[in-house]
Amino acid sequence: MTGESVRSGTLRAEGVSKSFGGLQALAGCSLTAPAGRITGLIGPNGSGKTTLFNAITGYERIDAGQVYLDDRRITGASPQRVFSLGVGRTFQLTRIFPRLTVLENMLVPANRGRPARERREHAMDLLTFTGIASHAGSLAGTLSYGQRKLLELAYVLVADPAVVLLDEPAGGVNPSLIHHIADRIRELNAAGRTFLIVEHNMEFVMGLCHEVTVLDSGTVVASGPPEVIRTDPRVLDAYLGTEAEDD
Amino acid sequence: MTSDRAAGKAPAGDQHAGRPVAPGPATTAPATATIPAGTRHAWPPRSRSLSVTGIAVLIAVIAVFPLVFTNPTATNFGVITLIFVAVASAWNMFSGFSGYLSLGHAVFYGTGAYFLVVAAKDWNLNGADVFWLLPLAGVVAALIAVPLGLVALRVRRHTFVVITIAFFFIAQLSASNLTVTGGSSGVLAPIPNWAAATFNNPFYYLAMLLAAAAVTLSVLIRRSVFGLQLRAIRDDEDRAAGLGVRAMPVKLAALVLSAFFTGMAGALWVYFIGQAVPQFVFDPLFDLAVVLMAFFGGLGTIAGPVLGALILEPTQLYLNLQESNSYESEILFGALFLVVILFLPRGVLPTAGEWLTTGRIRRLRGDWLAWRARRTANPPVPPAAGNLS
Repeated sequence: MTGESVRSGTLRAEGVSKSFGGLQALAGCSLTAPAGRITGLIGPNGSGKTTLFNAITGYERIDAGQVYLDDRRITGASPQRVFSLGVGRTFQLTRIFPRLTVLENMLVPANRGRPARERREHAMDLLTFTGIASHAGSLAGTLSYGQRKLLELAYVLVADPAVVLLDEPAGGVNPSLIHHIADRIRELNAAGRTFLIVEHNMEFVMGLCHEVTVLDSGTVVASGPPEVIRTDPRVLDAYLGTEAEDD
Repeated sequence: MTSDRAAGKAPAGDQHAGRPVAPGPATTAPATATIPAGTRHAWPPRSRSLSVTGIAVLIAVIAVFPLVFTNPTATNFGVITLIFVAVASAWNMFSGFSGYLSLGHAVFYGTGAYFLVVAAKDWNLNGADVFWLLPLAGVVAALIAVPLGLVALRVRRHTFVVITIAFFFIAQLSASNLTVTGGSSGVLAPIPNWAAATFNNPFYYLAMLLAAAAVTLSVLIRRSVFGLQLRAIRDDEDRAAGLGVRAMPVKLAALVLSAFFTGMAGALWVYFIGQAVPQFVFDPLFDLAVVLMAFFGGLGTIAGPVLGALILEPTQLYLNLQESNSYESEILFGALFLVVILFLPRGVLPTAGEWLTTGRIRRLRGDWLAWRARRTANPPVPPAAGNLS
C-alpha cells in the first residue's frame, strides 16, 4: 500500500448551513482538510459532525454554502458522483453489504478500467492490508463490529479516493484493534492520502491527527494543532471539560 | 515492501488463514501490512448452487420428457411449467437480485401476449412463422419496461410494490377497453395446422429453450459486476450509491432484461393457449404465483425459482384438473404462500441447506461432547513416577 503514489486532495467546506425543520444542524460551518494531512473533527453529540459528513458526500442537500475538492465545486453532487470524484467515506454505524461475501463487498465500489483479475487482486491486497483477508469468503454479515469497520475502510480505498472521511473509526472497537486502525490510517496518510476523521476517542484523535477542528452547535469554535486544541478554553468549555484540563 | 505471506506465514490479523473461517474479533496489526505487487492470494471458493452433473441430468430429463410421456395432457403440463420456469427466473433476475419485489410482471407477460396475437393477425402469420414474433414480443415488453421503470424505480419497498400493482390494473383495464386488444372478448391466436399427436412438442422445446436462456442469463448476471451491484442495491442502496454504483441504470437494466424474457414467455403462452382475453392475460394470480415460486425455491438464488416452478406449477395444473372448482387450488396456494412467507422466508433450498449445516454441526458437537465425557470418565494415565527416579 505504501510506496505507491496515491491521489491526494484538499477538501473545503465554506459556510455550510443545514436545518431540519426548526433545528439548525449546521450554521455557516467552514473547515479545510488540507491535502496529505489527517484532520480531526470533534465536538459534542448533536454538534453537526455527521451532518457535515452527509453534506460533503451528497447524502444531505445543504441550505447554503459550498463544498470544494481542490478547486472543483462538489456542492449538491450525488453520493455516487462525490465518490467518483475522489471522496470516500465510512459511517458511524457501519454500512456493509451483509448478504455478500467480504470479497464481494470489496468488488462493489465502482472501479472502472481495471480488468476483473486485477480488481480481485487489488481487493485481496486491501483485505490483507486491513487484516481481514482470511474472512474473504465469509458473508460480511458474520463479521464482528470491529471487522466491519475494517471492511468499510478497505472498500472505501478500492477506488483510490483522494480524500477519506471516517466517521468514528474507533467507536465501539476494542483497544488493540484501535491501534491497528490508527496504524493503517498513518500508513495510508504517509503515502499522501488526505483524511478527515470524526471521533470521540480523544487519545485516538490527539495521537493521530495533524489538525483538529472543533464543532459546537453547527459552528466551528476552534481549529488548530492537537496540542493547541487540547488547552483552548473554548474547547474545554464546549467539549473536553475539566478531564482534559487535568491532562 | 515485505510481506508476511510472501515469507510463508499469515500476518497477525490474518491468523485464520488456511482454516475454516470463524467470525471473531480482528486482532492487532501485522508488523508490516504492506503487500508486494504480484502477491498470490488464496481465493475464497465460489459457491455453486447447482452442480454440473445435476444440471446435465435435469436438462436430459426435460428433453426426453415429451418423447416418453406422449399424452397431450402431460406435454401440456410440460409446456406451461417450462414457461413458468422462464418467467420465475426472469422475475428473479430483477426482483430476487435487487430486492425490488414486483407484483406487476403480468404487464410484460400480457404485453408480449397481446403483441403476438395482434401482430400475427395483422401480418397474416401462421404455423412456425409465428415463433419469429417471440423475440419481437420480448423487445416490446422491454420497451414498455423503460417508462414503467423510470417511474416505479424512484421509490422503494412497499411503495414500489403498490406502484407495480397500479401499473398492472392500468394494463388490465386498457386491454379490456382498447379496440386493438379486442376489448373484453380478446383476440384469437392463429391455430397451427400440426399433427395432433405431436402438436405440443414445438411449444415444449421452445419453452425449454426460453427457460434455459433465462436461467443461463441469470447465472451470468449473478456472476457479473452488474449482478453484484444489483445485490448490493438489495442490501443497502444508499451505501451502494456512495460507493459509485449508478443505482438507477443498474435497476432499470435488470428490469428491462426481466421484462424481455417475461414478454417472450407471455407470447409463447398465448400462442399455445390460442386466445388472448384480458382477465387471463393480465391475471393478478399470475404475479402471485410467480412470486410464490421464487420465494418457495429460494429468492435471489439461481435454482430456487426453477425448483419452485417445477414443483408448484404442475401441482396447480393437476389440482385444477382434478377439482371441478379451481378456487380450491387457489386457496391451497394462498395458504402455502403464508406458510412460506412466515416459516421459510428465504425459501426451501436455502432453509434446507441451513438445516443440513445445523444438523452437521450438532452431530459434530455431540461427538465432541461424548469424547469429552469419555475422557473425563477415563483420564489418560500419566507416566509412572517411579520411571523418573
